[in-house]
Amino acid sequence: MQPESTVPTTRSRRPRFRLGGLGPLIGLAALVALATILNPSFLTIGNIFNVLTRTSFIGIIAVGGTFVIIAGGIDLSVGSMAALLAGSMILFMNALAPTFGSGWLTIFFGVVFVVALGGVFGLGHGLAITKGRIEPFIVTLGTLGIFRSVLTYLSEGGAITLKLDLSDVYSHIYYGSLLRIPIPIWIFLAMAGLGGLLLNRTAFGRHVQAIGSNEQVARFAALRVDREKILTYVIQGVCVAVATILYVPRLGSASPSTGLLWELEAIAAVIIGGTALKGGFGSVSGTVVGAILLSTIGNVLNLTSIISVYLNAAVQGVVIILVAFLQRGRRTQ
Amino acid sequence: MKRIFQVILVLALAVTTLAFAQDKSVIGVSIPAADHGWTAGVVYWANQAKAQVEKAYPSLTVIVKTAKDPAEQANQIQDLVTVNKINALVILPYESAPLTKPVADVKKQGVFVVVVDRGLTDPGIQDVYVAGDNPGMGRVSGEYVAQKLNGQGKIVVLRGIPTVIDNQRYDAFMEVMKQHPGIEVLDAQYANWNRDDGFKVMQDFLTRFPQIDAVWAQDDDIAVGVLRAIQQANRTDIQFVLGGAGMKEFIKKVMDGDPLVPADVLYPPNMVATAINVAAMHYVSGSAVLGTYIVAAPLVTKDNASQYYFPNSPF
Repeated sequence: MQPESTVPTTRSRRPRFRLGGLGPLIGLAALVALATILNPSFLTIGNIFNVLTRTSFIGIIAVGGTFVIIAGGIDLSVGSMAALLAGSMILFMNALAPTFGSGWLTIFFGVVFVVALGGVFGLGHGLAITKGRIEPFIVTLGTLGIFRSVLTYLSEGGAITLKLDLSDVYSHIYYGSLLRIPIPIWIFLAMAGLGGLLLNRTAFGRHVQAIGSNEQVARFAALRVDREKILTYVIQGVCVAVATILYVPRLGSASPSTGLLWELEAIAAVIIGGTALKGGFGSVSGTVVGAILLSTIGNVLNLTSIISVYLNAAVQGVVIILVAFLQRGRRTQ
Repeated sequence: MKRIFQVILVLALAVTTLAFAQDKSVIGVSIPAADHGWTAGVVYWANQAKAQVEKAYPSLTVIVKTAKDPAEQANQIQDLVTVNKINALVILPYESAPLTKPVADVKKQGVFVVVVDRGLTDPGIQDVYVAGDNPGMGRVSGEYVAQKLNGQGKIVVLRGIPTVIDNQRYDAFMEVMKQHPGIEVLDAQYANWNRDDGFKVMQDFLTRFPQIDAVWAQDDDIAVGVLRAIQQANRTDIQFVLGGAGMKEFIKKVMDGDPLVPADVLYPPNMVATAINVAAMHYVSGSAVLGTYIVAAPLVTKDNASQYYFPNSPF
């Protein structure tokens, strides 16, 4: 029989053997190594750019999600919001095209419109959660349904399609490159960089972490809790809008299947990246790695056929759980 | 006395015919909500058929209801019977198994049942079955691919969502491929009848295989993503992409002679209109309607595309 008093000491020593924040990165490295062995074309520049470019949507949304989750909230509506924003943006630009021409001016207005609309959606969430005192899970579950069904209504269940000449101009945003690197990757990096700065180098970032770890204490410390929480949802809305700006030029259309289950992928990216689902701490860089890891799994499965396609989702599940195991967080504080 | 009897008879006849004329038959239509292109087409065509049938036969009323999941659909058909007092039910089941029992209950109450597309697990329930030809769609697609490639080449396949429908199409397609050993199916992956997944899966196929001669995308939504991925990769080895279902944009491409989209295989959402018309016939004409109707999956090429082009439909 061990004396009970030794238990806390072993527990306190344990974190040293954990990989901590490096967990997802190690998971990603292992996955990359495995993928390269299975199919050498994995490591071609073309494929890496494909993976990073398609990660950019979920990645950017997850950067916003990092703030919401660190502050102790959750936003389940991001996939539906992306779909509705994409549809609204297309309709808006189609309507402007006859007046402003099918060029960059119309696209510029479209971008301004969609960022504003995303911000307004986020503001709505924030107000309902703080001033309305409704659980974020419920508010955003509600809007998840609302956003998607409004899009379905606008599209009559079919697809909302961008005018062809506009689509040709706009498609450069997704398919074009700057210094040989696809534009979506640049925007993804920029958003992640901004997010990192905001979280780690500003008072707002510190407040968000304080609110997430103990909202009562944050209130007593005279932080403007409601204002900061609302801001996290606005950031989330704007991030979804930026992702939409990249999504629309890819296929030039939005349909009721746009953004389906993106909320789960985005939340998974945040959590795999080491952010605590209960809030309080987390990192944007972890989220970026988490998002890349998730889309790499899908890519590897498409590049190989050693496992039955029927089991794809199972492989994804196993990898996610393994990575989460590698970076298990502090058990108690 | 005899004369009085005659008068009564005539009156009785007049009253009954009058009663018949006033007694409207109600056809309830229960279909999945428009959550992707094809179901959007179903909703559109159900409403088209409602307008057309009600105009042609004033004695008929058609009620169209959409459901977003099997549970909602089960409740809905109960409501159609108790509240709307339907005489006939035209149903495109969201899923076969969970709706079999609810439809059987409706049938027991004397409702005339027409099942569309997805069969119930007990085929004894339905009076009429109107179905698309999924194995036929796979077979026609396979034969077209084989013929277009002259029996030689490398192809990739994008599948739908793991379901019976997808299996029937895929199995029939692969059956045809067996007869053409010169054609190599490099890989088949699920793209979930979805544009974004079509794009992703095709991008990865293009990375993985340096030479692809043709793509069977099975579905026009998937094919939208496939075409974009090919365009982005600037690959010229792919001779053609064969989609399916009959989305108006694709029928248009076939009509316009797009070299990458030389054909399409139909899986028409307006089969729901066929079913509603069959139900209507049951009430307005004495013609025999009971039985199974298989709506063919014809090959759409440049020559016949115009007859399948419906620019007003959302699909």
